[in-house]
Amino acid sequence: MSVLALEGVTYAYPGTAAPALRDVSLAVEPGEFVVVAGGSGSGKSTLLRAAAGLVPHFHGGTFAGRLRCGGLDTREHGPGALAAVAGTLFQDPETQVVMGTVRAELAFPLENRGLGAAAVARGVEEAALALGIAGLLERSTHELSGGELQRVALGAALAGRPRIVLLDEPTSQLDPVAGDELLGVLRRINEEWGTAVLLAEHRLERCLPAADRVVALTEGTVSFDGTPEAFLRARAETPIARLFSLAGRDERPVSVKQARRALGLEGVAEAEPAPAAPPARRSPRAPAALSLERVWLERAATILRAVDLRVGPGETVALMGRNGAGKSTLLRVAAGLERPTRGRVRAAGRVALLLQHPGDYFLHDRVEAELPRGRLAEAGLSHLAGRHPRDLSGGERQRLALEIVLGGEPPAVACLDEPTRGMDRGHKDRLAARLRALAAAGTAVVVATHDAEFAASFARRTVLLGDGRPVADATTAEVLGGGWYFATQTARVLGGGALTPEEGAALIAAPAPLPLEAAP
Amino acid sequence: MNHRRRASPLHAARAGVGALWCVVYGVVALSLEHPLVLGALLAGVLAAAASARIGGQVARVLAWGVPFAAVIALVNALVVREGLTVVVRGGSFPGLGRLDVTLEAIVYGGVLGLRALVIIGCAALLTAAVDPDELLRAVRRLSFRSGVTAALATRLVPVLARDARRLADAQRSRGTADLGPGTRVAVLRAVTAGALDRATDVAATLEVRGFGAGRRPARRRRPWGRHDLAFAASAAGLVALAVAAWLQGWAPFEAYPRTSAPLGAGVLVLTGALAACVLLPFADRRGIEP
Repeated sequence: MSVLALEGVTYAYPGTAAPALRDVSLAVEPGEFVVVAGGSGSGKSTLLRAAAGLVPHFHGGTFAGRLRCGGLDTREHGPGALAAVAGTLFQDPETQVVMGTVRAELAFPLENRGLGAAAVARGVEEAALALGIAGLLERSTHELSGGELQRVALGAALAGRPRIVLLDEPTSQLDPVAGDELLGVLRRINEEWGTAVLLAEHRLERCLPAADRVVALTEGTVSFDGTPEAFLRARAETPIARLFSLAGRDERPVSVKQARRALGLEGVAEAEPAPAAPPARRSPRAPAALSLERVWLERAATILRAVDLRVGPGETVALMGRNGAGKSTLLRVAAGLERPTRGRVRAAGRVALLLQHPGDYFLHDRVEAELPRGRLAEAGLSHLAGRHPRDLSGGERQRLALEIVLGGEPPAVACLDEPTRGMDRGHKDRLAARLRALAAAGTAVVVATHDAEFAASFARRTVLLGDGRPVADATTAEVLGGGWYFATQTARVLGGGALTPEEGAALIAAPAPLPLEAAP
Repeated sequence: MNHRRRASPLHAARAGVGALWCVVYGVVALSLEHPLVLGALLAGVLAAAASARIGGQVARVLAWGVPFAAVIALVNALVVREGLTVVVRGGSFPGLGRLDVTLEAIVYGGVLGLRALVIIGCAALLTAAVDPDELLRAVRRLSFRSGVTAALATRLVPVLARDARRLADAQRSRGTADLGPGTRVAVLRAVTAGALDRATDVAATLEVRGFGAGRRPARRRRPWGRHDLAFAASAAGLVALAVAAWLQGWAPFEAYPRTSAPLGAGVLVLTGALAACVLLPFADRRGIEP
């Protein structure tokens, strides 16, 4: 018996004419790992909310068809009853943790089911061990990082051993490291517990290797239902699939390992990673749009250590590094939101800073009140003029916030902090094009990002931060071509000879051998 | 301000008893008006906070409450028309009559402000020293939905404060160097709108965690410890002293028409007894480690 079955489900939110789901029929079998793909507004979240019983019980609206989750018909059972068979995880970690300590958070769903104290205590211990958060049990939830919070929320969703877990872009608010950890945990739970997984996610290249099946939604209808390989054959949605598609190859590998095998590179050692490039020496006489000279920032800990950085007008710089390396702080210092303890920050003009939450820039009820119509037209956002900013998709919000920050006159420097989180590929491509255009107009662009693919698409220079100071500063090809973690998927497949699928396809098609060294 | 388990007798006491003690402390402050007694109760809050290793947090909250107390004192002085000693003749205003400020109204305003500070201090003690999850579990057995709502409201306060800081940073980073009143109002509106969004998201989370099933949590048996007994006895002692003071007139205070707050033996004994009652439970430091 299917753990989740939809039969002709059509649903429209209250006050809307167009249905968010149209005649959707699908089934998820026990133990299956299903990825739900689709662009913003395609109905992924609505599908998951329907499976959790929130649609229509919580949101209202018009519902037709039948949905059974864990054998319970959602027309007769609300989300409270469905919680016993389905665990649910949303995007924002902050609003998914409702108790003061991790232990209480994990106990909350079990207590709601009326379990006895011993059963609750056992469930908490098991969930904590399974998710690797036993060390957090006595911690206050307000002390946790976003990744830890999301793991705790997943623990709460899984504490009652549900038959299926429903996840709506759970990594969209997390950095890639925390996102990868969460997906690893999911994979383990699926394989070891046999819990079925229904996961809506933009980062397809990360989750497809674990998936048994992909269901793609387009405007509320199921437009594809099949294996990951078949999905990539139909739509080259990952860098590796694009690489193979552009190279004219028939295979559609879902992982780096499969891609290397398909290219006959299995057993061939990757090129030695390039040694960390020393910080580039730039003439102090060259004009700088932004310069940081021996900048220190010390709070309870030292966040920035003697940072020297000069960015010229029109230069595009990706700022990369692990969490806590100082990327966001460096941008805040550059924009004047933080005052350095020592050192000097100089800018040739206004420094615009787009922080991580684009919604924080919206103060009005309509997009046209945030930005004059002329500017909206220039930015290609006129069609959004009458919308409420909070109703925009993640990518649209990011574009609007960027235009607000840039203001009327192009700034001397534009700094963006993790602008691609939760963004689909189309929006990332548009953002990269906008940044390139901005740089062409003379604005220095500095982007803090974990997204190597995005960095490769717009930045000519990459600065790798480690422990509060630049540890590598060179061209993007040098920094991202020879790395293992800080590398694009194409570079990982081809061993550093190319960064983007386009470059990689040219390399594969070229008669010269691939730039790899034979294993000894 | 958030709760964090620390090595103190108040933190070691069960949440129900700790909360009861803080509430009783506040109620005692509401029942007495003598400035010396209220001053001693305020000092008691600070001493209790220091003993519970949350002195800095409670002092910061009290510092935040001082302007609030000053406003209470000012409003009382301007609004109350009682008292014999006129210190400022404000003249007559149409519809309002004479606006004379009396010494008695100023003093009583100060007493009200002092009382407000004690209550704010008790609330700060409760927030910082009583485990909200344990308290929630106790309250949920009595009133499930009210308990969860109260706990969520407490948890969302720091989240909303962070939202407000982020929004202010965002406004600064778009080139608005000085946040004028108009921008501040817009930020406040945005924070409010964001709070509603967050509330909706949290409500959805509660639903998918089975909150809608509405089952009461099972009772957790926990034997009464020395600190539970000490703070329960202290709360009972505070109530007994307040009742006795009220019945016996140990802390006489008259605000109007002329301020009278005699410093008799009764007041001094009552002040000493209240201070002892408040601080004695903190003397036993055994078994307080988290």
